[in-house]
Amino acid sequence: MARVASALFSRLVIIIPYAWLLFFFLIPFFIVFRISLSQTAVAMPPYTPVFDLLGGVSGIIEKAREFSFDNYVWLTEDVLYFNAYVSSVMIAAVSTFLTLLIAYPVAYGMAKAPKTIRPTLLMLVILPFWTSFLIRVYAWIAILKPEGLLNQFLLSIGVIGQPLIILNTNWAIYIGIVYSYLPFMVLPIYSSLEKMDHTLTEAALDLGCTPFSAFWRVTFPLSLAGVVAGCLLVFIPAVGEFVIPDLLGGSETLMIGKTLWNEFNANRDWPVSSAVATILLLILVLPIVYFQNAQAKADGEGR
Amino acid sequence: MGNWSRFNIASIVLGFGFLYLPIVLLVIFSFNESKLVTVWAGFSTKWYAQLWHNQALLDAAWVTIRVALLSATCATVLGTLAALALVRYTRFRGRMLFSGMVYAPLVMPEVITGLSLLLLFVAIGLDRGFWTITLAHITFTMCFVAVVVQSRLLSFDQSIEEAALDLGATPVRTFFAITLPVIAPAVFSGWVLAFTLSLDDLVISSFTTGPGATTLPMKIYSQVRLGVTPEINAICTILIGVVAIGVVVASIVTKQREAQRDRDERAAFAQT
Repeated sequence: MARVASALFSRLVIIIPYAWLLFFFLIPFFIVFRISLSQTAVAMPPYTPVFDLLGGVSGIIEKAREFSFDNYVWLTEDVLYFNAYVSSVMIAAVSTFLTLLIAYPVAYGMAKAPKTIRPTLLMLVILPFWTSFLIRVYAWIAILKPEGLLNQFLLSIGVIGQPLIILNTNWAIYIGIVYSYLPFMVLPIYSSLEKMDHTLTEAALDLGCTPFSAFWRVTFPLSLAGVVAGCLLVFIPAVGEFVIPDLLGGSETLMIGKTLWNEFNANRDWPVSSAVATILLLILVLPIVYFQNAQAKADGEGR
Repeated sequence: MGNWSRFNIASIVLGFGFLYLPIVLLVIFSFNESKLVTVWAGFSTKWYAQLWHNQALLDAAWVTIRVALLSATCATVLGTLAALALVRYTRFRGRMLFSGMVYAPLVMPEVITGLSLLLLFVAIGLDRGFWTITLAHITFTMCFVAVVVQSRLLSFDQSIEEAALDLGATPVRTFFAITLPVIAPAVFSGWVLAFTLSLDDLVISSFTTGPGATTLPMKIYSQVRLGVTPEINAICTILIGVVAIGVVVASIVTKQREAQRDRDERAAFAQT
């Protein structure tokens, strides 16, 4: 009896979340892919019917004949989409690099801080993550505007003669991404630096390394797992970012998340937005699988 | 770890300044007398008073809070189960796929999650609105809960559980008597995280919403597109305040429980 209950309990623990994620996370991707192969129609929902299960096997085969790659052909014909993919990846890559440059010294300083204040510093890094993403992006508009706070400040101390144009350029997007995703980069780097055996650096210094080369040849390689995790946590969502390019970027800024949003909301073209999403997913599938493996490995080590 | 150099302190101060300055400025300018958010014209709370007369905004806030309470609670149950499945049962068929599905939503661009959930809801003929937003929020926040709870479970001494099972407790009883009390702080912070993620979400809500269900971020977004106003600063300040109080309370509760546990453990050791 107890054994039956035990088996049932362990089954349920696995099955309930498993079934939920299968239904609400995995299956939807197949629907996206399927709809990307259908035609736009003036109806609600705005695409030709997808499945006709009542028609049996022959009905499914019949439907399969109607699969069309028109939407994908359309994506290759209009150079706008290609440019949007390329510029999304470029912007995400530059932003990830900038985030790393800023986050590493912060994480390094935190790991070197006295043990007593480390929990407070950690709390301070996590706190902005809890405040709204939208609000934090919005806060930058007032700062970066031509008559905004940054320009007022720089003009008053005489560094610049006339206002800098930052808002609605790619620079504003870089700032927005670096700012929004900074905690995601700091936390994994900090946790790998904190775990590190400090005597290794001391040994390198004792053996005549300069502080810089001790850092570059001992500390940095040992923190690489954290750096990689942080970069993936920033890069992957940044490629598909919508809010930041929409609020801080200009009209000429092309990012695929914004293209998808417009295709869906303004043009109401669901099949084309599905095709855009499918290709975006294909671009990101390698980094995502890499991230999952890194994460699973980290859990294994924690045991 | 070694000495805390001037460079370390400077990078921390600059890093935290960068993180906090924009939020501080936003809060300051919510108390600005002038309609301009960039020129200070004196202290005033009139923008807050105006919020109370904005019925559409209050309705949106109410929808958002209901979605967040409901979805965070369901996500906490599902996320805790997922964490248990990942940590306790290292071997079951399809475990790779399962762990993949738990980690992928953490980095998945929101536009993809939002679009795919919408197409699912349309395919199964669900009316879009309050319930579809809630289901969508449960799905993406449960994975964050799972990661938070999982890290606590990994540092958990399993021998206590094994002792309870050896002494004849059923797995269900063991879970509620032993495991849950120990991981409770992590479960609670998972809930708070799910709640704030739901409260903040714009993109997934926009895709999965229907007529009559407008959330606060959607409302804020539509106003932000028209320009920066002190009124939006005021809403944002209230939201930041609510979240900050929630997080501080959560961390105090967690600390107290951990301190209590440490005391109990020490007392137990002292007796043996």
